[in-house]
Amino acid sequence: MKTTARTWQDVKTHRKSAIPEGLWLRCPGCAKMVYRKHLEANLHVCPECSHHYRIGAAERVKQLADPDSFQAMFTELAPTDPLKFKDLKGYKDRLLAEQVKTGAIDAIKAGRCFIKGREAMLCSLDLTFMMGSMGSVVGETITRAIEEATRTQLPLIIVSCSGGARMQESGLSLMQMAKTSAALARYDDAGGLFISVLTDPTTGGVTASFAMLGDVILAEPQALIGFAGPRVIQQTIRQELPEGFQRSEFLLKCGMVDRVVARGQLRNEIGRLIDYSGR
Amino acid sequence: MSSFYRLEFEKPVLELEKRIEASETRLTEAATANPPGEGTGSPEVESLRSEVDRLKQDRHRLLTDLYSDLSPWNTVRVARHPLRPQTRDYIDMICRDFAELHGDRRFGEDPALVTGFARIGPIKCMVIGHQKGRDTQEKLACHFGCAHPEGYRKALLKMQLAEKFNVPIVTLVDTPGAYPGLGAEQRGQAEAIAVNLREMSRLRVPIVSVVIGEGGSGGALGIAVADRVAMLQCSWYSVISPEGCAAILWKEANEQTNSAAAKALKLTARDNLELGIVDDVIPEPVGGAHRDPKTTAENLRQWIVSRVQQLRQIDADTLVRQRYERFRKLGQYTEQAESAGNPA
Repeated sequence: MKTTARTWQDVKTHRKSAIPEGLWLRCPGCAKMVYRKHLEANLHVCPECSHHYRIGAAERVKQLADPDSFQAMFTELAPTDPLKFKDLKGYKDRLLAEQVKTGAIDAIKAGRCFIKGREAMLCSLDLTFMMGSMGSVVGETITRAIEEATRTQLPLIIVSCSGGARMQESGLSLMQMAKTSAALARYDDAGGLFISVLTDPTTGGVTASFAMLGDVILAEPQALIGFAGPRVIQQTIRQELPEGFQRSEFLLKCGMVDRVVARGQLRNEIGRLIDYSGR
Repeated sequence: MSSFYRLEFEKPVLELEKRIEASETRLTEAATANPPGEGTGSPEVESLRSEVDRLKQDRHRLLTDLYSDLSPWNTVRVARHPLRPQTRDYIDMICRDFAELHGDRRFGEDPALVTGFARIGPIKCMVIGHQKGRDTQEKLACHFGCAHPEGYRKALLKMQLAEKFNVPIVTLVDTPGAYPGLGAEQRGQAEAIAVNLREMSRLRVPIVSVVIGEGGSGGALGIAVADRVAMLQCSWYSVISPEGCAAILWKEANEQTNSAAAKALKLTARDNLELGIVDDVIPEPVGGAHRDPKTTAENLRQWIVSRVQQLRQIDADTLVRQRYERFRKLGQYTEQAESAGNPA
């Protein structure tokens, strides 16, 4: 009698998930087994080696905002398929599948909240949704959040984690880079404080627009941050890339970020920066 | 013409041109054998002459057909044609008294972005443009039109100089993308582009941009946050190159997937016009800019002069506000009424 051996094909789909499932996990940082509950209690940071796991926007907002203070905004915005884009799969189907998988409409959460008692506008990209890529909805949500923060004179915090601009909306995605950056120019003119938090990974069109425009730029440890992906760079220059290239600590050395901040310290850091700015 | 670089889809044109060349040689031979003098030329010369005319008309018709219905992937190929005019060619053809300015005052000089004061027709302006390079040496120095952070910072510095003296800005976009390399990352490629986007949005002088060849992603947009944006007819402008897109979404880049990606990305001038990403398409002569750089340059010149003159009529506050609104409205989404209670 045949046993129903599970093939790689059966397991693969589970392994690919960005957020790990299951009771025990093998930490990619130290290869030790970590109890899931302990990991969650530790803000999804490995208690053994402090490897920062990737987290979705809902978890991010929960971690940063004071309990029950987050009020989601601009949730009425939903993506369409303006180009009727089709690769191996149609964009419409892809969107629907992602929406079913994540329960989110697109790759962003935005709203007002309090952080350690200071009122702020908080946006977080969501890398569980199409790798946090920026299409029209992400761009529009961020722009509205910036405009709202300008109007209400609130500090602005954007947590980035993204593969870049969303290919399926092509030129329109590209234009979101200009749109969000232009809104930040007005926010800057109005004297607003923008704290940009870079997390693993922040690349492409997101890095090359609002993510690098923070008055203060914070980065989580070991996050991959760059314009081009490491593979593209390797193909271009045909040399080995140095150890730790494009990681937060590397960017700190290059003078591209202000501070590398562990996840557990983010709330404190943001709070005191808001205090220093007097906003 | 025989050493002229050939695109695959232009093969039928090459066949015709070979026949034209052969007939022309025969015509010269026949004409020297029967020198004109007594009345009309010999019947042989006459028939050869009409054959050459007929073949030339065929060639023109064929080129018109081919270029009136270029596939997106073939458009990309025309945009990358090695003889397609580049920024420096246009500067030579349409600018007078070009005063090139170098350096970003921070790190170095990037020849992939050319900047300087120039006069175009009746206007003085600051010209900023990507240069891919003509010969091998220049191509290597320019990294084939892929600018480094110092290039983007140089561009911004010169644009701010123009703003200081109330001089309008003209940018010519022609890049496969910003340079992906070690030094570029270390020196903040992303930051350099991001700052350009933010600062260009609030420059208080008119800015016009034209995609003259390749408009590759952030590297293109980094000098293209303008009041009016146009594309030459056979250029492309998109968030990623067709090859890059095919490699990611189709898992491999080959002839077929590149072509499919080029189509899906809606990267042609006409597509971008429909999406509202560009305001105008500047026509190219039959057979593309590389066949007739002079006419292309003249079309480009007319567009630049007319748009800058229009924008000159607008006061700075309105100009900056309208530029903001131009980009503010780009993007397509729906706004659904929420099923649950909508917070006021």
